[in-house]
Amino acid sequence: MRSEKLNVPDGIAGRFSADISLQLFHRMCRVRYFEAGVVDAIEKKELTYPVYLSSGQESLAAALSLLVNDCQIFAQHRAHDIYLCFGGSPERLRDELLGLESGSSQGRAGSNCLQYHENGINMYGHHGLIGENVPQGVGAALANRRQTLCIFGDGSAEEDYVLASLGFAATHKLPVLFVCVDNDLSILTPTEVRRSWNICKVSESFGLPAVDLADDPWALLQIGRELAGKQPALLNCRVCRGFWHVGAGDDGAPEWDRLQLVRTELDRLGLAGPAADTEAKACHEMESVWDRKLSLKR
Amino acid sequence: MGQKTLAETIKEITRRHLEEGGGMLLGQSISAVGWVNGTVPDCKGIVELPMTDIAGAGFAVGAAMVGRRPIFVIRFQDFLMLNGSPLINYAAKCKTLHGKSAPVFVRAIASDGLGPVHSGVLHSLFMHFPGFRVWAPMSPGEYRQCWDDYMENDDPVLASEHRSAFSRTTELTDIRHGQAALTVYGISTPRLEMDRACRLLAEEGIHINVVHLARLKPLALGERELAPLRASGRGLVVDAGYEICGAAQAIACALTEATGLPASALGLQDETKCLCPPYQNKSPDAATIVARVRSILSNTK
Repeated sequence: MRSEKLNVPDGIAGRFSADISLQLFHRMCRVRYFEAGVVDAIEKKELTYPVYLSSGQESLAAALSLLVNDCQIFAQHRAHDIYLCFGGSPERLRDELLGLESGSSQGRAGSNCLQYHENGINMYGHHGLIGENVPQGVGAALANRRQTLCIFGDGSAEEDYVLASLGFAATHKLPVLFVCVDNDLSILTPTEVRRSWNICKVSESFGLPAVDLADDPWALLQIGRELAGKQPALLNCRVCRGFWHVGAGDDGAPEWDRLQLVRTELDRLGLAGPAADTEAKACHEMESVWDRKLSLKR
Repeated sequence: MGQKTLAETIKEITRRHLEEGGGMLLGQSISAVGWVNGTVPDCKGIVELPMTDIAGAGFAVGAAMVGRRPIFVIRFQDFLMLNGSPLINYAAKCKTLHGKSAPVFVRAIASDGLGPVHSGVLHSLFMHFPGFRVWAPMSPGEYRQCWDDYMENDDPVLASEHRSAFSRTTELTDIRHGQAALTVYGISTPRLEMDRACRLLAEEGIHINVVHLARLKPLALGERELAPLRASGRGLVVDAGYEICGAAQAIACALTEATGLPASALGLQDETKCLCPPYQNKSPDAATIVARVRSILSNTK
């Protein structure tokens, strides 16, 4: 069931303008190259605090950030991608990871506790108990009826308070899009070892429309638009984690690399040249942030 | 019309907050039986929570994060074991971590003699972690001070209430005696036993000072609190919670550090509360306080 094409409509990318396609790609590249700088800083022992890398899942953040632009976000611990795609400053993120006063939370909170409150976005920092952000987002939506994104992982989806939050949002018809970033791993334990049930089925039993979808950014954008009109709703997005749960270690090549798949698709769409320029622009920006040459290892 | 009871005072504060202040009140079974001992009004802004303790606290914290100043009602303090994680791990920390607060007003109600899971007093837990302002108001005036403290600051507040005080209409006043041999500091429901303890001890020729502590954290140790201890030379802090690692021990330690004088603690024994006597492990009553005072004084002669 889990695959890079799960429920992705055929030819979906071709239904979007070149501008949208390149915006999606640009946002993905910014995350990937920013984190190339993080990995380099870790290897050089310049960065010694724990980091939770988003590489591999950045297409979801890119699509969500084009889907909504005035909302409150209750993100999970792994949220460099959400922070950057929704407009957070890479310099402030870098400084937060380094524990500097100029960081997004003055260096006090770190990689897994990112916040951003500008330009119509209110992204609240996570505190490390997985899924804790979900009831908070639901409570906030109840309190102010504002468009809300609750973003959590497939492990968090198993927390009783996350499931209770789905039910409460359904009861009160809250404007919440629940987004499960499903990398099929809790630390290194696969989902099938942990549970027999499916979060989409559970959500539907609460009365929430739910879609299980691979992380194709064009499909995410289209399905996301459809779900946005039916909130509360749940989107389960199948992604591949590029690195370990914490830190910059990895277990070899992931099942698929969405960034490479998007490059290939842009090439097929006749956008290879603009895509290369876009990637170079993102790379250059992050080289400036980290003050070093950056390259992707794969 | 007579003075308002503590319960009526809470109800009045709540009604004003919900009807005029744009606030919210969240809790389980709020309207089911007696509107939480007559402390909750039937008005707009009340959210009946499903039986989801951890999520329910998370909803309240989320509402606090976006500025609704919610009141979160916990009918029995024992349930703080479940409700506590969003309160302690999030509401208490976010101001320090992010410069943004989550001011939720937690009404945690204690009882005595209702068995192993409905008689707990857990305010010490919230004193232990940074971030919460902790009160144990036992009178209408103290409750208003507690509420004002909440509204004037942006910290979350734990109001450790006790059913035994809901019918009170009068304030609790300190007692000073020129010949006092010891100063007793009261927290929560033992404070309601202080007058009787004083009388019993006076019959034996023992005089004590009594200092009432309504705000437990941040603890303010000024002249009102320290002068009686300096005059009497010894202190005893009495609480309705567990003695070991509890509020009474912590405050006794603070008093000793502030004055250099010995201060002891009296709370619940280190035993699980049970349903029936003699295993209920109830809050210290006048007789228990008197016995401890006698013991301290006899040991220091």
